Amino acid sequence: MPKRKSTNSFAIDAVSLINYSTREINCKLVYYGPGLGGKTTNVQYVYNRVSPETKGRLVSLATEMDRTLFFDFLPLDLGAIKGFRTRFHLYTVPGQVYYDASRRLILRGVDGIVFVADSLISRFEANVESLYNLHENLAEHDLKLENLPFILQYNKRDLRDVIPVADLQDELNPQGYPAFEAIATQGVGVFDTLKCVSKLILRKLS
Amino acid sequence: MVRANWSIFEEDYWAIHSILTELLKNSNAQTVLLIDRTGQLISSLGTPPEFDVTSFASLCAADFEANTQLARLIGERDFSTLYHQGTDESMYLSRIDGRTILAVLFNRHTTLGLVRLRVKRANDQLAAIMARLFEKVEYQHEEFTTPVDQEFTVRAETEIDKLFRD
Repeated sequence: MPKRKSTNSFAIDAVSLINYSTREINCKLVYYGPGLGGKTTNVQYVYNRVSPETKGRLVSLATEMDRTLFFDFLPLDLGAIKGFRTRFHLYTVPGQVYYDASRRLILRGVDGIVFVADSLISRFEANVESLYNLHENLAEHDLKLENLPFILQYNKRDLRDVIPVADLQDELNPQGYPAFEAIATQGVGVFDTLKCVSKLILRKLS
Repeated sequence: MVRANWSIFEEDYWAIHSILTELLKNSNAQTVLLIDRTGQLISSLGTPPEFDVTSFASLCAADFEANTQLARLIGERDFSTLYHQGTDESMYLSRIDGRTILAVLFNRHTTLGLVRLRVKRANDQLAAIMARLFEKVEYQHEEFTTPVDQEFTVRAETEIDKLFRD
């Protein structure tokens, strides 16, 4: 609930928004990756597990078939730290190829990115294309992946016919960004991923 | 590279506050919200809405961005304003500059024409302030300090470990 404020200043970082009048720090975290890779599942798991006072409303702009149309959005509140209410705003992008304009828009003002890769052999090319697409869309905002907090999550590790992690690393992560194995439907690796990228974002800000 | 913060000093804050207050009064609107185009709420004035303003700000920014893309498809640079009409409540969004959006919520106590007229004037005034602010940032941003220091990071990480777990 917003309140009238009488304090006298606010500030906007080049990426994160630090609002001195409301004493808030908001960071934008985007889950990127190919369609049906598990981005929404990650956010839904977080939503279902964190305490009610930590989470805001989960907004999903999805089709009738539960495919993400524009984005999912979940605000998470760390509470007041040194007098500043600190929040992470989690977004997912639509993974399907033809929603590229939407993906580009959601990257605006991004503070950190999780790339949710689909471990299935059949989705190998989709991962590569999506990562390439991420680079392209960041460039539209004059951003480079190497300058952002970025981690990878290799999802669906419980399924058969998955690509060995070493191969995923070779192809998607030769730079050696932090990477986690996950089974998002069971919550495995979901919080490890979130914790890691959240901390990277805060360290980048300090 | 994360750039240092920029601040609105007291004179700028009160200038913005004064413009928003006048807009509220002269338009008979219920609430005005200043929103960053990345989807984050900067400020709000008027009757506190009963809905989730964090989601509202995020969706407003998305709405604006989606419509900018629509504008480009038909050969326009963007749509500088958007209007959504409801049965009881309506909203009018206006681009202030490249980074901020003004959202005005109003009901039957006023008209779209009046809101549009008042927003136009407020927009011009706010745009001038924002331009001045960004000019200051260009020259002074390195002088500002961030609250996110080492102590902040340590405490935030402790909270992250506590809150983000199964």
